Amino acid sequence: MVLKSMTYAEAARQALRDAMTRDPGVVVVGEDVGRGGIFQQYKGIQAEFGCERVIDAPISESAIAAVGVGMALAGLRPVVELRVVDFALCAMDEIVNQAAKARYMFGGQGRVPAVLRMPIGHWRSSAAQHSQSLETWFAHLPGVVVMCPATPQDSYAMLTDALRGEDPVVYMEHKELWAVSAPVDTAATLPLGRARVLCQGGDLTIVSWSAAVRVAQQAASTLAREGISASVIDLRSLWPWDRETVLADCARTRKLLVVHESVQVAGFGAEVAATAAQATGCRVSRLGAPRIPVGYAQSLEDVSRIQAKDVVRAAFAFFDQPGVAA
Amino acid sequence: MELLSLYRSMARIRAFELAAEELSIGGVAVLGQQINERAKVRGPLHGSIGQEAIAAGVCAHLERNDLLTSSHRGHGHTLAKGADMRRMMAELFGRRDGINSGKGGSMHIADFSVGMLGANGIVGAGLAIACGAAQAMQLQRRPNIVTCFFGDGAVNRGPFLEALNWACLFKLPVLFVCEDNRWSSTSKTDELTAGPGIVARSAALGVPAERVDGNDVEAVAALAQRLVREIRAGEGPRLIHGLTRRMRGHLSADKQSYRDPTDIEIAEKQEPILRARIRLLEAGTSQAEIDSIDEAVARELQDALDFAEASPEPEAVEAFVEVQMLGGGTWY
Repeated sequence: MVLKSMTYAEAARQALRDAMTRDPGVVVVGEDVGRGGIFQQYKGIQAEFGCERVIDAPISESAIAAVGVGMALAGLRPVVELRVVDFALCAMDEIVNQAAKARYMFGGQGRVPAVLRMPIGHWRSSAAQHSQSLETWFAHLPGVVVMCPATPQDSYAMLTDALRGEDPVVYMEHKELWAVSAPVDTAATLPLGRARVLCQGGDLTIVSWSAAVRVAQQAASTLAREGISASVIDLRSLWPWDRETVLADCARTRKLLVVHESVQVAGFGAEVAATAAQATGCRVSRLGAPRIPVGYAQSLEDVSRIQAKDVVRAAFAFFDQPGVAA
Repeated sequence: MELLSLYRSMARIRAFELAAEELSIGGVAVLGQQINERAKVRGPLHGSIGQEAIAAGVCAHLERNDLLTSSHRGHGHTLAKGADMRRMMAELFGRRDGINSGKGGSMHIADFSVGMLGANGIVGAGLAIACGAAQAMQLQRRPNIVTCFFGDGAVNRGPFLEALNWACLFKLPVLFVCEDNRWSSTSKTDELTAGPGIVARSAALGVPAERVDGNDVEAVAALAQRLVREIRAGEGPRLIHGLTRRMRGHLSADKQSYRDPTDIEIAEKQEPILRARIRLLEAGTSQAEIDSIDEAVARELQDALDFAEASPEPEAVEAFVEVQMLGGGTWY
């Protein structure tokens, strides 16, 4: 085990470097990647691997994604850099109708081993069109893997796995996690589709992913002081997601709270909750952002941001009124 | 490229399309048509009857390892590129031995073994996909080119601009072929397209373009030969604007109530196979030689129909296969 302290961005960069060194078929295409990418996740990559493999694109998201599909069908492993999920919307046909379906509708004749990077989440003061978390849209899409790394360790491990796979991956980093630093073991592996259990408790199961995991963790500490012992589970990927781990925990605690940054209505929390309720009969609740676009003024934006105290309140609701979910 | 060979290529496409059209009557509920459970070809069928010369003329100068993307009207391109007619017909019938294993049908027909990377149900989608495939060729130092067939309607979608700009920027080995049949579904393209036309649009984006009578298979072949040579020499992308006419409706179920019957008559009079026959006879080819080709094509078609009919539908369990490797194959 070799531990090195890295930021989320450095870990992603290292994973990409290692993959590009190992596999000449891995290429990068996107805007400003030569200059290091707007989050510095590509710093030094073009200098090391050249302009042919690290391609600076015009502002043409549709073409960036379609070129990725074409490259993949012709045998390469492209990293399709779409900057943020909000801009990836300009390439929705390419992601949904092309990348996700090519393998199936061509009867398996072609594959699309492309990693489509589209960071999700809040981005302070960036307002409605730059602050969305749309991971649930892609969980709903047959044909893609959906990953949401929450830590520098997973930033390394999951991008590494994504770049080795055969599937189109909707790879959703978080816009505000790039500078977070933690020890990374580049040799450690946690299988894709397996959740990370941060702590186990007997009273409540809290499931989360991406930046909301830290919020859930903070809430769990507060709850512990109040005598409520909660499990905190980081799903890591939304498709496939680790049903086994989550359902086993729910079967014990009999109460599930799913916490996510994205809008609560039809968020992926609904899927996890319904699955848990159906499989175990446990009580369920989910907490996400209100169904409003993210406002610009800090006071407005903050309404959309879930904090630890909101999670604590949602947890308490299980215990205030027995038999009624929050 | 020899006219007789081009004629044969077109005749194969025509035979396939006519058979598919007939078998598709009652196969889709659209434009006032009702479903007939006995139709063998179900769903929307976009035939290329009358447009065969563009497919035949261009593909005559492509190698097996050259790649190709196409539109929703892609049977002709797929056949001309070298796909097996039997497996194509089986795909239209939705059978297990179809070239896409029954998973794609007419609009997504593909044969990767001959470089045909798929027809596409989304207008304009194939243009930038072709650029990606071409960029892969470039990176891998492969000598192959990528041809992208699309219609006149596609030039009004964003991907047209993005793909041509991209191909020019990276000097990609792409031959863009605009098969202009003058109709964007049930509307006249020229009434919906501003500016100085497709060649001018292409040139404005940096891609040299040339117009050609798309129903003159020899002219198409000659132009394609020259442009393919330029592309192979590394001179960057090119665009062919082939003027043709749609002899049928947008899809086989389309009765074309919106179309002036004179327009259809003109299409029938100027169609490429008729013209090629006249040219062949003028040049001294015997009717017997032409008939012999037609007979061989008819035999190939019958064989394809028999093959398709004999193939069973895929098992329901196949619906869960080839979705994705990780996290695939499950209901939920």
